[in-house]
Amino acid sequence: MIDVRNVTKRYGAGQGIHDIHVRIAKGRITSLIGPNGAGKSTLLSIMSRLLPMDAGEVSIDGLNVVQTDSERLARTVSILKQTNDINVRLTIQQLVEFGRFPHSRGRLTSEDKQQVEEAIQYMELEPLRNQYLDKLSGGQRQRAFIAMVLAQNTEYILLDEPLNNLDMKHSVQIMKVLRRLTDELGRTVVLVLHDINFASCYSDAIVAMKEGRIVREGPTNEMIDSAVLKGVYDMDIPIHLIDGNKICVYFS
Amino acid sequence: MRDHWKLLLLAALALGLTAVFLTIDASGDWDYVLPRRARKIGAIALTGAAIAYSTVVFQTLTNNKILTPSLIGLDSLYLLLHTVIIFVFGSSAFTAIGKHEQFALSVILMVAFSGLLFRMLFRIQGRYLYFLLLVGIVCGTFFSSISSFLQMLLDPNDFLLVQDKMFASFNNVNSDILLMAALISIAAVSVFYREFKYLDVIALGREHAVNLGVPYDRTVRRMLICVAVLVATSTALVGPITFLGLLVANVAYRVVGTYRHSTVLPAAILISVASLIGGQLVVERIFTFSTSLSVILNFIGGGYFLILMLKEDKT
Repeated sequence: MIDVRNVTKRYGAGQGIHDIHVRIAKGRITSLIGPNGAGKSTLLSIMSRLLPMDAGEVSIDGLNVVQTDSERLARTVSILKQTNDINVRLTIQQLVEFGRFPHSRGRLTSEDKQQVEEAIQYMELEPLRNQYLDKLSGGQRQRAFIAMVLAQNTEYILLDEPLNNLDMKHSVQIMKVLRRLTDELGRTVVLVLHDINFASCYSDAIVAMKEGRIVREGPTNEMIDSAVLKGVYDMDIPIHLIDGNKICVYFS
Repeated sequence: MRDHWKLLLLAALALGLTAVFLTIDASGDWDYVLPRRARKIGAIALTGAAIAYSTVVFQTLTNNKILTPSLIGLDSLYLLLHTVIIFVFGSSAFTAIGKHEQFALSVILMVAFSGLLFRMLFRIQGRYLYFLLLVGIVCGTFFSSISSFLQMLLDPNDFLLVQDKMFASFNNVNSDILLMAALISIAAVSVFYREFKYLDVIALGREHAVNLGVPYDRTVRRMLICVAVLVATSTALVGPITFLGLLVANVAYRVVGTYRHSTVLPAAILISVASLIGGQLVVERIFTFSTSLSVILNFIGGGYFLILMLKEDKT
């Protein structure tokens, strides 16, 4: 479980996040949704110790993210941000191998190699494995970074807009991979999503944020509701049931 | 495996040049020639290694391949120190202060300055590395402005002494000081040896490094101290060599086909030493001392820097 207690981070006048209180259940996919500037990425960065908080506490499986040794945390939680510019010339294979650093500190064992292999296969990157990252398209690069996170093989996986730059096919592919990770391996995934239909179809729970506060949280079924979404996005969003999935039609 | 051979080849090149340097035109005067030349080679090898190591590490920490640690203003501080000594005490005092004291004073002052800079900046959270560079550049400009102002007022004879310090020179290296510099440099590298394994990951940038469990802030702080000590020591030993680091680091990245520091660093060090010895040979044998090594290095380095900038611009 990820336990966020009274977390506050101030940026400038009125910005940042204020007194956030949320518990994220283990073994589920939880989506963070909300308009731009709601503080979703800030919350995710604080949960993963990338950003210091001004007040409050975050613990993951009882490990306090500020006090716990960074290396210990790296074997429990992984984070992928939305922009990933790297100044080093790396192949996909080399990048994915970096995911094993918290386990092997750069000297790959046979188990590490197997994990790297699996991650590359999961993301269908075998034909591209020896290509350099700077020669790839945005979507291919994004999949390579997700493969690195998969190779890190942590109980908790935090993703900041992982579907950025991806076409429909690969977006669905990634959501399915995340689904398998939670259903088959019991992993916990927290991700920021902009397309609420992806949140509706693939996540178990949704946390909605607005202006640095949590508006509402709950199981996906309760959250995908015209009245709830109106409170989050200030938009009238009709919802249709198609093949058992609730689909939001926000093209008014 | 191919990188392995490249390293061997570079080592052979450096050793070969060393052998040529030690034996060329000796005309039988071994007792006189050998110790003198060996001392010079020692200074060249130490400076070359220190500059290559510190530049590669600095570029990794800043994630930027066109920066050099001299940007934090150490070179200009070194010049300012010598200008002030000559300005205040005159050339007689300058020669009266022993070489040991001059060396010790320079190293202490430069390390203290960088320590102060880092200390001040580590209190500020956030994107401190670029802020640090900016402050360093401003300080550097400030120091060199004061230096050139004072140099205007100097007696021409005194100015000659200052001018001597403006360019690196391997010709008058004292063996005690060389030993001291070598010990300081080795100590700086070995104290922080345990951080070495993090360098490859730090090259990915802060967020990836933290995600992968690197104690980022602590490691960067320690490596910066190591860089500062190395630059201070080599500058105090032979004087400022601005472009050498930039040049050899980037040639090293081209030569070896890997990002791993365990290969890149030795390659950069060997290239650095080889090019310094080669350059010194050219200065001594072809130009017969009519020019100095740092003039040649700055010329080549400056040209290479321009090419790099144009290339970066294109991508």
